[in-house]
Amino acid sequence: MIRHNPRLFALCLAVIAAVFGAQFVLAGYPVLALTRILILAVFAMGYNMAMGYAGMLSLGHALFFAAGMYAAGMASRYGAVGLPVAFGIGILGAAAVSLGIGLLALRTRTVSFMIVTLMFAQVGYLLTLQFADVTGGDQGLTLSERGFALGPVAVDMTSGAARYNVAAVVFSVVLLGLYALTQGPVGRLFAAVRENPERTRMLGYDVARIRLAAFVLSGTVAGTSGALYGLTFGFIGSSFAEFRTSIEALLYTLVGGPGTLLGPVLGTALMTVLIDRLGGLTAAYPIVVGALLIALTLWFPKGLLGTIRDRWLPWLK
Amino acid sequence: MAEVTLLETRGLTRRFGGLTAVDAVDFRLSRGEVRAIIGPNGAGKSTFVGLLSGLIAPGAGSIAFDGQDITRMPAHRRVRAGIAYTFQITNIYPAMTVLENAAIAAQSRLGTGSEAAIEAAARAALAAVGLSDLETRRAGDLAYGHQRLVEVAMGLALAPKLLILDEPTQGLSDAEIANFIAVIRRVAASATVLLIEHNMDVVMALAGRITVMENGRILAEGTPDQITRDPAVQAAYLGGAS
Amino acid sequence: MDLAPYLLLAGLEGLVEASVLMLSALGLSLVFGVMRVVNVAHGEFYMLGAVGGWAIASLVPDHPALGFALALLIAPALVGALAIAADRGILRRIGYDPEATIVATIGLSYIIQQVVLMTFGPDARAVEPPFYLNIRFPWFGYSGYKLFIVAVAAVLVGALWVGLRRSRLGLMMRATQFDRETAQNFGIPVGRVYSGVFAMGAMLAAVAGVLIVPANQAHYLMGHDPLLMSFVVVIVGGLGSIPGTIAAAVLIGLSDGLMSVFFSPTLAKIVSTLLVALVLVFRPQGLFGKAETRA
Repeated sequence: MIRHNPRLFALCLAVIAAVFGAQFVLAGYPVLALTRILILAVFAMGYNMAMGYAGMLSLGHALFFAAGMYAAGMASRYGAVGLPVAFGIGILGAAAVSLGIGLLALRTRTVSFMIVTLMFAQVGYLLTLQFADVTGGDQGLTLSERGFALGPVAVDMTSGAARYNVAAVVFSVVLLGLYALTQGPVGRLFAAVRENPERTRMLGYDVARIRLAAFVLSGTVAGTSGALYGLTFGFIGSSFAEFRTSIEALLYTLVGGPGTLLGPVLGTALMTVLIDRLGGLTAAYPIVVGALLIALTLWFPKGLLGTIRDRWLPWLK
Repeated sequence: MAEVTLLETRGLTRRFGGLTAVDAVDFRLSRGEVRAIIGPNGAGKSTFVGLLSGLIAPGAGSIAFDGQDITRMPAHRRVRAGIAYTFQITNIYPAMTVLENAAIAAQSRLGTGSEAAIEAAARAALAAVGLSDLETRRAGDLAYGHQRLVEVAMGLALAPKLLILDEPTQGLSDAEIANFIAVIRRVAASATVLLIEHNMDVVMALAGRITVMENGRILAEGTPDQITRDPAVQAAYLGGAS
Repeated sequence: MDLAPYLLLAGLEGLVEASVLMLSALGLSLVFGVMRVVNVAHGEFYMLGAVGGWAIASLVPDHPALGFALALLIAPALVGALAIAADRGILRRIGYDPEATIVATIGLSYIIQQVVLMTFGPDARAVEPPFYLNIRFPWFGYSGYKLFIVAVAAVLVGALWVGLRRSRLGLMMRATQFDRETAQNFGIPVGRVYSGVFAMGAMLAAVAGVLIVPANQAHYLMGHDPLLMSFVVVIVGGLGSIPGTIAAAVLIGLSDGLMSVFFSPTLAKIVSTLLVALVLVFRPQGLFGKAETRA
């Protein structure tokens, strides 16, 4: 794998080094913003597994983000488990939900698939409102468990530096894991299903199962991000399950480049920074998002890294 | 010599609306042979191999392959069982490299464990069809004749027991056809080959036996010699075609 | 205690909802049927109709009937013009790619919503009905205007139905729907048919919006529920089928009216959304559609 795409591997290592190095240069608010970027980048990378690599454009990934967040958050709040266990429960919860939804939604394709995933996600969002006495609904829930022991080291999640490094570790593990997966036979198989499902079937593959695997992987990574977000900031709420969350994953991926490993990371960073800069004009935020969605589909459907890949750097995939 | 049956159909039938495309066909293929199916357009040849490969579900009858009943087996499992199928209209991954095309086929057989083993198998298949020099090219950028060879290489990378080729030489130049015949001769050393073909020169150069179809039924079957001398075949097909 | 008055009231409310829903869903269905794209900004066209209707009506404050009549004419026309601009400027340029269209119209809906919020503010705006008429039942009185909505919707749908069957435009639309390329070869201006259909779909939603303002209120977020419910109707009725859409609108409008009597609104939405998603998964041709499968 490493010998297969050494330049991309080197770039991933450079990104990880920059992430860990950044905290020695920056301090205060930028570290908090970067923590959010790292966590949301994991979400976008997960989304990209289905949308970019396997060609399944979902409009419902808010559901998997929220599944991870609620499974982890509820376990932490009601289950009397430590944060690492709650994190694991969050990941498992997202995997279970994406498996269930995948089995249903993958009976449809393209437009129907987009609408079905959107509707299931909407059901999830409404459920968090309906059972507000447990989930906190719109108001959300704050989580009181704010630290854990890592062997002899006590990690205090109220500290900005600790949060940043936890997020950076999870981000790095996900990035390297997805590198291994996408740059080898599995990634090739996802691309084969995306490019030509009929031919892939006639090469002996069960296309439905490959799609399901890609979808569950995608939802699980998205849920990992949700679990991390909730536990890191000590808050879970219905707003994360809204349609807007699904659109954010789509937007980050489209900006950076669907089907490129680092595209969603770049897209998340750019969009988050852009939105922070627009802080004074918060009212304009939806207009920027809307205009970007239109502009990207019109003129830039491959996103930044996708365009660079097609023009100059074919290894950037 | 002892002939081992590789594939056998009994009463295989498929109707489309009022049309019986394949009509109660009993067909037997021996291991190691190169068999050509010929017949006029609409004779049911493509439907018949579609039934064998699992692309089309049969209406009635049975198919046995390598000692097991595969009548209800889904297409992708038939490929794993050893039946490779190449499409009549070139069907590859145009956006991927030639090597990646062959690698996807190879990993179907080898699993996703070892990338090195997959690449080696893919390169061997490309070498067998003479495409080694083009392995880093985008498959969609190749000339049509080369794309057909990519398709054959994908079939070979599966290391099939039976390779089904649906009109493989359609649209190829004379030089490409000569090369193609040489490729298939090499393939035939290790696999059984079933091809649908309109070009009688290709059929005569490759086929050990020929099956003639007409109106969804088998009209005649035999060696090339027997077939060319068969009066029914001459009347129905050879007389009109060339 | 007698249940009958409650059921009658719920039935009437459901009928009003069904009428508005029928118009909006027909617009969505028409666009999907002919152009094979889903317009996510459809709910915003409805909202624009309502907000535009309020803006126009408030220009003639002393004559509610005149103001309403102007609103009913002008607001949908403006929305139709906007839809044509969106078709020419966006949809045509992406070649009506189904997935890209969804993404682009999501973008469009964000922009429309926010522009309306920034122009007209977050408040709900009321419009005076064109006339006051209280229809007296033995148990309660009912707004005559609401029944007027039902009548207008029925007339419009009837006119649309006849128009599409009889007119040259209807013929061109069916030809385009059947086979785009052949239609083009036969000299049908497919580009203009697409623009026209997209505008007509948007105008149907806008008319529904204008009609509902005097009964409800105009608000920049009011497009969400009609979009969802129109989806529901179009999917249950069979994508692109007009009679199926009409039947489904009546069924869903009525059952929604009845459900809201017995369930909380959130629970009702959960149940209906889930059911529709499952219909799309297991019976993509809709409950009323014929069993012909399409990719």
